[in-house]
Amino acid sequence: MTKSELVQRLAHAFPGLHAVDLDRAVNVIFDEISMTLAEGGRAELRGFGSFSVRHRAPRKGRNPRTGAAVSVPAKKVPYFKAGKELRERVDTAKK
Amino acid sequence: MSSKTLTRMDLADAVYREVGTSRKEAAEVVDATFEEIIKTVGRGETVKLSNFATFSVRSKRARMGRNPKTGEEVPITPRKVLVFKASHNLKDKMNGK
Repeated sequence: MTKSELVQRLAHAFPGLHAVDLDRAVNVIFDEISMTLAEGGRAELRGFGSFSVRHRAPRKGRNPRTGAAVSVPAKKVPYFKAGKELRERVDTAKK
Repeated sequence: MSSKTLTRMDLADAVYREVGTSRKEAAEVVDATFEEIIKTVGRGETVKLSNFATFSVRSKRARMGRNPKTGEEVPITPRKVLVFKASHNLKDKMNGK
């Protein structure tokens, strides 16, 4: 499912709202989460999961093609931990 | 650095402000968005949200694990797990690019 397919499904569920507004709503939702993470914050969405920031230490890496040593700077990466409901619904064998 | 925690309520507020729906509709749209994603990955399908991330499902084989406290070997059943892969766009945003 892509973002536009998600919007189509929402349009079906919300016949009173315009598809353009639902498209904006979906963008607003994921932009808000992105901005929060960019500011170092976290997002906790009950039943779905939580998004947070993990810090990666700087390290020495290697260009796999040339073998040249390169230094990889410290960086922040987004981390997602699935909530209980999401985990259980993905692991269908568990039910 | 802020230590702000964003919740469903904050997302509903943002939708209400920026899209101009009623507050009630905004909260319903936020809930329905996450519910659609859960339903879709629940069927084993991948969800690709461009500029944000991809959620997919990976099957794990059965393996032997160990209770770290007792050292006892315990079988781990085959399972399906959710995989989150952030888009380059999101990773870049987080590193000020």
